[in-house]
Amino acid sequence: MNSYQAGDPAVYIEDLSVKIDGRRVLEKVNLRIREGEFLGVIGPNGGGKTTLLRAILGLVKPERGRIEVFAESPEAARKQIGYLPQKSLFDQRFPITALEVVMMGMYGARGLFSRYTSRDVDASWEALSLVGMADYADREIGSLSGGEQQRVFVARAIVSSPRLLLLDEPAAGIDSAKQIEFYDLLRELNEKVTIIMVSHDISAVSAYVKKVACVNRRLYYHDSKELMAEDIEEAYHCPVEMIAHGVPHRVLRSHD
Amino acid sequence: MIEIFHYGFMQNALLAGAIASVLCGVVGIYVILNRLVFIGGGIAHSAFGGIGLGYLLGANPLVYAILFSLATALGIGALSERSKVSEDTAIGVFWAVGMSLGIVFISLSPGRAPDLFDYLFGNILAVSSFDIMIISSLTFGMILLVALLYKELLILSFDPLYGEAVGLPVFRLRLLLLSMVALSVVVLIKIVGIILVIALLTIPGAIGRQRAKSLKGIMLLSILLGISFVSVGLLASYHLNTPSGATIILAAAATFFLSTILSR
Repeated sequence: MNSYQAGDPAVYIEDLSVKIDGRRVLEKVNLRIREGEFLGVIGPNGGGKTTLLRAILGLVKPERGRIEVFAESPEAARKQIGYLPQKSLFDQRFPITALEVVMMGMYGARGLFSRYTSRDVDASWEALSLVGMADYADREIGSLSGGEQQRVFVARAIVSSPRLLLLDEPAAGIDSAKQIEFYDLLRELNEKVTIIMVSHDISAVSAYVKKVACVNRRLYYHDSKELMAEDIEEAYHCPVEMIAHGVPHRVLRSHD
Repeated sequence: MIEIFHYGFMQNALLAGAIASVLCGVVGIYVILNRLVFIGGGIAHSAFGGIGLGYLLGANPLVYAILFSLATALGIGALSERSKVSEDTAIGVFWAVGMSLGIVFISLSPGRAPDLFDYLFGNILAVSSFDIMIISSLTFGMILLVALLYKELLILSFDPLYGEAVGLPVFRLRLLLLSMVALSVVVLIKIVGIILVIALLTIPGAIGRQRAKSLKGIMLLSILLGISFVSVGLLASYHLNTPSGATIILAAAATFFLSTILSR
């Protein structure tokens, strides 16, 4: 099974369908992501974006179809994946420092009962420096701004040196002035690691990523950055603002 | 004023109170951070069913209280995770069923239940050496668990969704934490009683959280606070001739309100 070779897809999804609570959330999804890719996944709320990430992590069982990550099962490949879940409403007064949050990213490498090593501490410092947050290592997470918190969570996702990074709405809670900086950081990270980023912010996605896919139960993907207006409308079931090459232009067509 | 601590039963009471304070300090903060306060209340009240059964069978009520509280902890945990029953519904059901069973069992028991009130409202002065042995071994076991699973419990408390994604056995850890709450509750029943248990489990941690920044700091502070509450409450109850459990809780509550006002 572990026959991954350079040039093979980092993520390979074939005919994937996922059912959650009796509702089919994903249907007949096919996707092949090369290593080094930066894929933006857009789509309406409840369209299955988060479920797609969770399927790649092996957290939801496919109803049918196949997923391979670096030519392994998602569970086996999980240690090579860094994950930034959708911004959760965590307790802003939780007694934990930024460094302690980042260290959580080493859990997969350590497992139950064992302690973090001094090398894990070093790696956490390094990850914090990489996202420009080393000065805040000993600050409580709740005392940081939304953007700073997201940087810390990115550091947690990359601390274990993953080969694949899954980001679920990473720019949520970052004010627009800081978003450009944040996306620049992601682009920098992309030089070393494959990234799949879920977002509802179509303009940001198309300005920064290399490829775009659109998910609304089905996945629309043309191995390119330009999506067809028809695809987006098919996914969103209504006319949307259409963007190509990062230059917005509106597609205005009436509802059926 | 201090000479009352020369009495053997007072020394036992103080020792039991101090050990229980360590337990509350270590487990209580997880109760707060994981929002398990009312699950703890439900577990405590369901333990009454076990106490009733103990009376009925003529056995040590605390042993059956352990069984009932563990079953409730696992029941609420499993039901709210694996079925469509919401957590507070499950708590309400287990809470009432435990109490009802206890009342029915006691009504079926021959004779009267002489120390029934001790279980409801606590009587730290009636703590025996055997009780102290149970309390200390449970406390030791709990500290060991927290030390071994410190990083796991931190992820579970802070971000269980992320924990799941990095392979943390979230569901089983949650059941373990609930079981730890159940065992803590049983330990505390002897001291402050079923009805007041949840206050001793949460108030020291709640104050600790207002005053200390790190998790370990909060634990240490709430242990010290717990010991002070028990000592002050014991002294006050002796001089005012009031029930010990309730007096201890009122000492804790007064400190909590004071700390809350001061931290505004």
